[in-house]
Amino acid sequence: MAVEMLSYIDRKTPIHQLTGVTKLICFIVWSSAAMLTYDTRILAFLFIFSIVIFIVSKIKVSEVSFVLIFILVFLFINNMAIYLFSPQEGVKIYGSSHVLIEIAGRYNVTIEQIFYQCNVTLKYFAVIPIALLFIVTTHPSEFAASLNKIGVSYRISYAVALALRYIPDVQRDFRTIALSQQARGIDMSKKEKLPIRIKNAASIIFPLILSSLDKIETISNAMELRGFGKSNKRTWYSARPFQRGDYVTLFVFGVIFVTAMVVTFHDGNRFYNPFES
Amino acid sequence: MKKRVIEFNNYSFKYHSQAAPTLHDINITIFEGEKVLIVGPSGSGKSTIGHCINGLVPFSYKGEATGSLKIMGKDAHSLDIFSRSKIVGTVLQDPDGQFIGLTVGEDIAFSLENDSTEQGIMKNLVEETVKTVEMDEYLSSSIHHLSGGQKQRVSLAGVMVDKVEIILFDEPLANLDPATGQYAIELIDRIHKETNTTVVIIEHRLEDVLHRHVDRIIVVDDGRIVADMCPDKLLSSVILESSHIREPLYVRAAKYAGCDVIEEMKPSQLHSFSIESCKDKLLDWFEKANEAVPKEIKLPILQLKDISFRYAPGHETIKGISLSVEKGEMVSIVGKNGAGKSTLSKIICGFEKPRSGSILFKEQDITGDTIKERSFRIGMVMQNPNHMISKHLVFDEVALGLIIRGVPENEAKKQVEKVLKICGLYPFRNWPISALSFGQKKRVTIASILVLEPEVMILDEPTAGQDLRHYTEMMDFLAELNRQGMTILLITHDMHLMLEYTTRAIVMNKGRIIADDPPSMILTDSEITRQANLKETSLLVLAKRVGIKEPKEFVEHFIAYDREVRRQWQ
Repeated sequence: MAVEMLSYIDRKTPIHQLTGVTKLICFIVWSSAAMLTYDTRILAFLFIFSIVIFIVSKIKVSEVSFVLIFILVFLFINNMAIYLFSPQEGVKIYGSSHVLIEIAGRYNVTIEQIFYQCNVTLKYFAVIPIALLFIVTTHPSEFAASLNKIGVSYRISYAVALALRYIPDVQRDFRTIALSQQARGIDMSKKEKLPIRIKNAASIIFPLILSSLDKIETISNAMELRGFGKSNKRTWYSARPFQRGDYVTLFVFGVIFVTAMVVTFHDGNRFYNPFES
Repeated sequence: MKKRVIEFNNYSFKYHSQAAPTLHDINITIFEGEKVLIVGPSGSGKSTIGHCINGLVPFSYKGEATGSLKIMGKDAHSLDIFSRSKIVGTVLQDPDGQFIGLTVGEDIAFSLENDSTEQGIMKNLVEETVKTVEMDEYLSSSIHHLSGGQKQRVSLAGVMVDKVEIILFDEPLANLDPATGQYAIELIDRIHKETNTTVVIIEHRLEDVLHRHVDRIIVVDDGRIVADMCPDKLLSSVILESSHIREPLYVRAAKYAGCDVIEEMKPSQLHSFSIESCKDKLLDWFEKANEAVPKEIKLPILQLKDISFRYAPGHETIKGISLSVEKGEMVSIVGKNGAGKSTLSKIICGFEKPRSGSILFKEQDITGDTIKERSFRIGMVMQNPNHMISKHLVFDEVALGLIIRGVPENEAKKQVEKVLKICGLYPFRNWPISALSFGQKKRVTIASILVLEPEVMILDEPTAGQDLRHYTEMMDFLAELNRQGMTILLITHDMHLMLEYTTRAIVMNKGRIIADDPPSMILTDSEITRQANLKETSLLVLAKRVGIKEPKEFVEHFIAYDREVRRQWQ
């Protein structure tokens, strides 16, 4: 059921036992590495390594499939847009042009362009498993504490943590509202035409916003009544001390990051160029 | 001389968002260690008094105040909401919305975290507090998995951990089933005695709060204090009746019977109520009654056959339920939280698909029908009106379902106006829904289902959070619909509602039906009431004490009489 998507999934694995801070730092390091490099070899390594970590975490693909599909669709649109707006990007970067198919004007298909877009896609693939893991294996109550520990203001940390925590609630509300609207004859199934379905979906958004606003009022009152925001610092009940696994993990990720950067930039270019010789 | 902890002096308050003041010239003094109950109909300003005490007024809800308010002898204006939170702990009404932490321990620790308490000290304090509310086994449980009563205990612990001097309970009994509510009152009483904290309870379920002793009751009506006296004195007056607050039923019965209830009879608690002087009058009153309603046998309109359902493998939420509802019946479905009541209603409407079994509507199988197809026959009104309302104006909201069905505009307008009149919403037809009260919104949602003319209507907690006057209006309205032939199923925690308005009650426990009988019979069966977390009505106890041989009939007689009296209010 989609109701539980993107919420914490409890398993007994080494990944789950790492503190939230470690996971957050690793996530940041990992995405920076993937963001900075266009080196195919590094991206391929990051991708394979992230798959390994994903398997270790014992999270099933089916548990995150909804988000995964969403991201893949987005990735596809992104790829289309890249080609549409700059079909010669690969040629510009790699400095050669091996044309496969001519279409019209500057729109042709070159090996360079394909290679470039494969790299972009690979970047996504290297980050997606780690990002998903970070969200579903970090206990929500540790989440705010970790953000706070790396220097984010605790107010913002809490706002982020609460937002994440309410995802299942909002999903549950969404389902309830959708059902109650269907019970009044608003059809959202495939039997209805798309424009009408979109219009009908709007009739869910309005009550959803209303009920969410209600929730926000209650929770912000409750927090204020218990002294939230009083001083600039606060402690955390569920913060956990670092253990050996945390240090080891951070070290490994640090090494990966440095290596990735050295390999990427040693020739003064972010791109790995197989067309050169 | 005891210390004054809360002192309102000629205090008035007006919200910025409202034209008229909510509180007029209030004078209240509450002393250290007192236990005070504030009652009043909805919209009377009782919640605003609570907000003034805990600081939500003026810090979250802005407005203008005149007069003075002192807390612990200090001018309230000089205390910000944070220093206020160290003095006054508030247990809010909404059992789900007020949790900030995810586990029991984390939530209790929340205010300690904000004080930057060191983790070791924090853990000790939390463990100590969780024991006082008897939740120590659940320290690391997720709050989502707790029952309503347990959630309330956690929120109580969350304010007690601060060692506050005043604990404020905002409608602590809303959303609790009768037996759990009774336990909550006992717990509040125990904590009050053990810690000598000042306790202020805001609640309209007077009889349930009086299950344990309170020192004083303050009655608020229309923004003014209309009474401030000890419970015995209040119950022997006519103040409650004129403010439309439900008196304890046994007191009401005694008054109907013509007894002169005086302070010396100690009417505040049933076991202390001395009824010697009015025994005869009660017996007389009862004997005057003669009632025999012959039951007609009608066709079944809705039948469930061996329905089973589960959300997750291994946990059957509904276990092989069969039942049959006749046309024109008004049935209540009761049972403790999590017994499967709401799930059953969702299965009937098609929101959930049963794993096995079939559903018949007028002997026609509708198990495979979609939600939309069923909506032509069965209407469902959800507990939270905000889950249903999707338009800005009242008229548009009620018309929505008809427009979607393609009813011509003229025709739709006629029907909507007719329904709005029935629901008493016609004057508001062009109002934005956001300007309506909770009870009015609830009626809008009922109207929006009613306009579709279903033959069966299911209502989830139709009267939750409504005071006696709105409750009576709403229920009489449903009863009228029922008389016109509508079949109505009510899911409720309110035993009085079930006694008063329905002819049949289905009691659920752990996904099964454990009883299906007239309400008066169910409430006299101690085994059933215990299993379903219900509570014996005080009328029954009164009847037994007076020596009436047919206590069930006494209860029925009271209800018929009471309904007649209240009809004259409108």
